[in-house]
Amino acid sequence: MKTMSLILLLALLAGGCSSMGVQPWQRGHLAKQKMQLDPYPLDAFLDDHIYFSKESSSGGAGVGGGGCGCN
Amino acid sequence: MQLKKPKPIRRLLTAATSTLLAGTAQQVVAAEKTPWQVDSAFLYYSEQDRVTVYEPVVAVRQETGDDEFVGMRLVLDSMTGASPNGAIPTDSPQTFTSPSGVSTYTTPAGETPLDSSFHDTRAAISADWEMPLDERLKAVFGGNFSREYDYTSLGVDATFSWDLNQRNTTLTTGLSMSQDQINPVGGVPTGLSPVPTTAGGQKSTEGDSETKDISGLLLGMTQVIGPKTLLQVNYTFADEQGYLTDPYKLLSVLDNSGQLRASDPYVYEKRPDSRQRQALYVKGVHQFGADVLHASYRYYWDDWGVTSHTYDLHYRYELAGGRHYLQPHLRYYLQNKADFYHYSLEDNNIPAYASADYRLGDMSTTTIGLKYGLVLGESHEFGARLESMQQKAEGDAPFEDNTAVIFQLNYSFLF
Repeated sequence: MKTMSLILLLALLAGGCSSMGVQPWQRGHLAKQKMQLDPYPLDAFLDDHIYFSKESSSGGAGVGGGGCGCN
Repeated sequence: MQLKKPKPIRRLLTAATSTLLAGTAQQVVAAEKTPWQVDSAFLYYSEQDRVTVYEPVVAVRQETGDDEFVGMRLVLDSMTGASPNGAIPTDSPQTFTSPSGVSTYTTPAGETPLDSSFHDTRAAISADWEMPLDERLKAVFGGNFSREYDYTSLGVDATFSWDLNQRNTTLTTGLSMSQDQINPVGGVPTGLSPVPTTAGGQKSTEGDSETKDISGLLLGMTQVIGPKTLLQVNYTFADEQGYLTDPYKLLSVLDNSGQLRASDPYVYEKRPDSRQRQALYVKGVHQFGADVLHASYRYYWDDWGVTSHTYDLHYRYELAGGRHYLQPHLRYYLQNKADFYHYSLEDNNIPAYASADYRLGDMSTTTIGLKYGLVLGESHEFGARLESMQQKAEGDAPFEDNTAVIFQLNYSFLF
């Protein structure tokens, strides 16, 4: 049920967002590395590895991950 | 203009060939295309009185066709030091057998028992292949394998991204599967059975190895809000089945007077053999002048009763016309304990599942850090970051704080 509500929420957001956004010639800033969602993937990868090993939560930013005994 | 689309099998072979044979005669062919983007990092992670990790990573990526990329990542992870075994500190010294059963270690009175027999090296390799399926539809296929002396993991994943509204909206769905095998030193201990207290003592085991299967799903959306603002919303679900217990963790069992019981004072932990994890994640990116803020929040919950909030902030502060930057980082994590978490157990009241692993307890993690970056050219950059992490008990269980230093060097270049 929770999952269905979330899918519905995402669909509604997608609909509502169709009026937002920029024209192709306004993408100068968005194209820069520092404006990417994950500009330094190795930093994020190493942080994920640390917090996956030291906390009991995982997921959110991506699929997969883990794969260690992690003491 | 491309008149004829190459067949997928040809693409696959091209990708595989250039990945496997780069560095030999095939390098000539690769050199005519685009250069390899090389990202490297070295992580030093050190906990006070506990674990120290050295972790070098190299990742390479190359464009092999129109919007088509192959990438590979190699990680080595070397760990030494001591890890809490789950038992509580007591007024007198405590002696434990190591997981192999051949030796013992003694913890002084009043100190948290730490098992210092961990010396482990882990190697992990992963590869991915990104390809357009259509003008607006992109796929990334990946695989990963890792091995350490008592743990092996093999996984595959696929992610599809669909651009809408003049590429201002992107819908993403991802699937992953992995199978892990655990071969604990000294065999798989029977959950909640007594821990031998003398060297050579026999523990009750259930074979030499166990497996764990994990399936994951991601549903996400990224929206361009304006020329300087992006927003991402993700939902993730993971199903874990199999051996989810930590074979090296134990619990102290206390008698009516609150002292360790006279016989069998420690038992091995036991966790359920299934877990469903869910998370809702929101991330915003905004540029202020030349500076950039990355802010995210995650709400996590699972059927073990764990819930958590994670807040993460990075602010990239540009210096000297964009040649250098300083990036402060703040992260705060607050977790509610698993239903079967116990600081210690009571004699004659042993539950069906129990763990004293502080990572399943009520706790928080606070991280404060600073990164310095030096931009040397296009895709050519040096970085260094120093962070301090502190984990604290947030409930009734009085476990000791865990503090760590994180130091990382990065170097990226084109090859």
